[in-house]
Amino acid sequence: MTTKFTKEHEWAKLEGDTVTVGITDYAAHQLGDVVFVELPAKGSKLQKDKVFGTIESVKTVSDLYSPVTGEVVAVNDNLENNPALVNEEPMGAGWICKVKMANPSEFDQLLSEADYKKICD
Amino acid sequence: MATYIPTTPDELQEMLGAIGVKSIDDLFAEIPPELRLQGELNLPAGMSESEMARKVARLAETNETVDKNVCFLGGGAYDHIIPAVIDHILLRGDFFTAYTPYQPEVSQGTLQCIYEYQSLICGLTGMDQSNASLYEGATANVEAINMATAQTGRSKVLVLQTLNPEYRRVINTLNGALGVEIVTVPFEDGAVDPSRVQELMNDKIAAVVMQYPNFFGSIEDIERISEIAHAAGALSIVSANPIALGLIEAPGKLGADIVTGEGQPLGIPLSFGGPYLGFIAAKKALLRRMPGRIVGRTKDIDGKIGFVLTLQAREQHIRREKASSNICSNQALMALNATIYMSLLGRDGIKEVAYQSFQKAHYMKRELAKVEGVSFPFTGSFFHELVVKIPNARKVLGKMSKKGVFAGIPLDNWFTSLKDCVLIAVTEKRTKDEIDNYCNMLGGFING
Amino acid sequence: MAEPLIFDLNKDGRRGYALPALDVPALDPADHIPSRFLRQELPLPSLSELEVVRHFTRLSRLNHSVDIGFYPLGSCTMKYNPKVNENMARLPGFAHIHPQQPEETVQGALEMLKTLEDQLAEVTGMDAMTLQPAAGAHGEMTGLLIMKAYHKKQGNHKTKIMIPDSGHGTNPASCSMVGYEVINIKSDARGSIDIEDLKAKLSPDVAGLMITNPSTLGLFDENIGELASLIHSVDGLLYYDGANLNAIMGWTRPGDMGFDIVHLNLHKTFSTPHGGGGPGAGPVGVKKHLEAFLPNPRVVFDGKKYKLQTKCRESVGPVLGSVGNFLVLVRAFAYIMVNGREGLKNASAYAVLNANYMMARLKKTYHLPYDRFCKHEFVLSGKSLAQYGVKTLDVAKRLLDFGFHAPTIYFPMIVEESMMFEPTETESKGTLDCFMEAMEMIAREAAENPDNLKNAPLKTPVRRLDEATAARKPDINYFQRPE
Repeated sequence: MTTKFTKEHEWAKLEGDTVTVGITDYAAHQLGDVVFVELPAKGSKLQKDKVFGTIESVKTVSDLYSPVTGEVVAVNDNLENNPALVNEEPMGAGWICKVKMANPSEFDQLLSEADYKKICD
Repeated sequence: MATYIPTTPDELQEMLGAIGVKSIDDLFAEIPPELRLQGELNLPAGMSESEMARKVARLAETNETVDKNVCFLGGGAYDHIIPAVIDHILLRGDFFTAYTPYQPEVSQGTLQCIYEYQSLICGLTGMDQSNASLYEGATANVEAINMATAQTGRSKVLVLQTLNPEYRRVINTLNGALGVEIVTVPFEDGAVDPSRVQELMNDKIAAVVMQYPNFFGSIEDIERISEIAHAAGALSIVSANPIALGLIEAPGKLGADIVTGEGQPLGIPLSFGGPYLGFIAAKKALLRRMPGRIVGRTKDIDGKIGFVLTLQAREQHIRREKASSNICSNQALMALNATIYMSLLGRDGIKEVAYQSFQKAHYMKRELAKVEGVSFPFTGSFFHELVVKIPNARKVLGKMSKKGVFAGIPLDNWFTSLKDCVLIAVTEKRTKDEIDNYCNMLGGFING
Repeated sequence: MAEPLIFDLNKDGRRGYALPALDVPALDPADHIPSRFLRQELPLPSLSELEVVRHFTRLSRLNHSVDIGFYPLGSCTMKYNPKVNENMARLPGFAHIHPQQPEETVQGALEMLKTLEDQLAEVTGMDAMTLQPAAGAHGEMTGLLIMKAYHKKQGNHKTKIMIPDSGHGTNPASCSMVGYEVINIKSDARGSIDIEDLKAKLSPDVAGLMITNPSTLGLFDENIGELASLIHSVDGLLYYDGANLNAIMGWTRPGDMGFDIVHLNLHKTFSTPHGGGGPGAGPVGVKKHLEAFLPNPRVVFDGKKYKLQTKCRESVGPVLGSVGNFLVLVRAFAYIMVNGREGLKNASAYAVLNANYMMARLKKTYHLPYDRFCKHEFVLSGKSLAQYGVKTLDVAKRLLDFGFHAPTIYFPMIVEESMMFEPTETESKGTLDCFMEAMEMIAREAAENPDNLKNAPLKTPVRRLDEATAARKPDINYFQRPE
């Protein structure tokens, strides 16, 4: 299983032809206390690099950009009642949605962990 | 002239010295000379407080007040009894010279009052959540329509013709500017037949906007119309008179998704139109579409209960061009006014204001029916406002005004079909004598 | 002890106010209103008059306010609100008139409106005003609608508005509400608008440029003449956000700088009370070529009588259900009368003096990102305290312990850890000195005992509040509290 990144601070973890999407540790830290995640609807179609939701913290709001094109096959309903999961485990229990890729080659174009780290520094 | 500037000439010199300039003029040096105001502003010289107060009082005295006259005017603003307590509290500098509670630790007074206001509005309207206030009744509908178009992704709204025509004009200006298409649903017999809404309803409609009681005082069937809206995936927006809700059912119980309204009847002086109070309350699903400020209850680090502005990520200062509303300053002091009124009158008092207004309006209708020449164009249920047809209405209204009775609002201002029709409002403040006198005077002018 | 909620003071059967007895024969409402429309439950509290008075009096004492102490909240102009203006707004001849009264019975009210329009037009250098908008943001929307109507009439295809990155949040939000796209313009090293950036982004589809001058940094943009020419070169309009007018009254006028549209905030510059967050008033002024688009009704004088004119063919239409926040306008009117031409000029002079006096001293302790004379306000950065783990937020909270309100913090966003101070003209040198001593003491504390700041405030009615839980599990309605 490989995890890759976007310059908009999302991560995408590959499992077969599906990726799990969330925001990175760095992003979660920058946002501060996350209070709400606007989740995409299950079954909705996402476009690579297009906004698919928003994430709100106490003092700011930021758009979520889809790392790949595809269909949402699962969303993390736990975030509705417990958005703090994004702060506690952004790369784990704080995942946002799972997307079945329309074009699996898109995954390869995402940033490696090392390249992503360079952006954050 | 009076001065609100405390700085003495000596202090001025010290301060200039500390800054390192010779005169205040030096601090304005960067304004290019060609942009400087040459000479003085063309305004009168200043004057003392007492001179000003005398002049302003003279000007105010040239107006005819509802105290010296008898007011049967409504149409969105009503001459209710206002308890003395309210103004004494509003005049506490701790309330009126504070600003938006940006520092909650030193704003708990304002914040708790807003929390109580939000809760009272929810109780009154039967809704899940209220914001901290909007400007007034007309613009509250503009915000509600924006919520509905955002929520549904649709850009067309049905507006009942029985919604206050001034509100409809404001909707045309402000929602129209964003490309919202506004379709007016006509009335028959003082209210809109729900089947007319059904005919115009389809899956392009974001919301239906109606008034309860409506502009003519009639009780619109908001329940049936809400059902029709919901069946098509549209929202139901109800602009309600808060005092009427002491007698008629809460819109939240009748299917409304968003309730707006003009809060002036809740103890706010008539004030020639403002400042009034816009309220807006909605069902839970619309929480993140709510415009403006919202106060929430929480705890401080010692575990003590306290209040904060919350859900701020919806608002313009954070979301900027992506915000769903641009509202910043609202009508906080007027919300406090309404909160004190609702607390003081309480459950039984609000019910009684509504009950007495209803009774007096219905008494007036019975008495008017005895006046030869007077007729009633509409037959439905009404609350405290009714439409009356009077021969040569404008002339008669003018004569009654000269005799100290503001006898009603001529409806041909807005509705060409309602020539000689007059909108009359009767609150708990009107007395039997005033009503009887009105009817006698009217009979005299019509038939004299 | 925290003050209980009004609902917790409820006692069924208690009455706080007695109405006159009903003096007409009563009907049964059930015979006249269908039963499904009759109210079932009404969940409002019941209290006595004294309980209501005490509850709200006690709550009032938990607030900071201008009447209690210094309130240097930048961009909000928290000046003294003269008490006499409250009396003027309570004159029955103003407070007790119905908006639908016959015109001949409200001539004094209309005369006041017309006079105030003329006075504000003179102060801003504009040709015509509307007093209808209820607040600054409402004025912005009104001004932008006028802009849109102008371009429509000209046959211009315009889709964008330029806004500097230091602009108020309401600016871009208002643009969106009238359907304009926002282009952000950078600030230059002096805190002025970066003219090169503006030139690069200027195109024929730009409808206008929306700015404050002085800017939210409190700095006067000397290039305003060139900015006006640039925007006018594409038939764009120059829009003045009047939030900072308290800096320049009687010294220069937006109209003379080349602005086409102006909105004012009477609750800032003209001393009408802020009321805990409103009501305000946001009049809009325009140059002659835009007058026809002003909202209706307009107040007109025919030589004998004042009238409200509603038939204005090109008007954008009404933006409020009434002539405006009338009693707020009365207060501003009284304020202008007392001050007169020289009083208004002095207000700006001393507002600018006070701000520069504070800036000259505080820049020795805190970082000043733009070191030049300011106008009525200035912005410092708290970033030098980061070495002690202290943030601007901590400085703000510590100030509360000293009995001062905090400055505006984290705005404008272009300054890191920003603190924006606006002392206003009504504060004395003594007050400013005390405040600056507190600021200096806080800077020393940051180095010596940073926990004092991080734990602040200690002396306020409540301490730092859990805003995260407040937003995650909203408790915003007494009747529907989360578990």
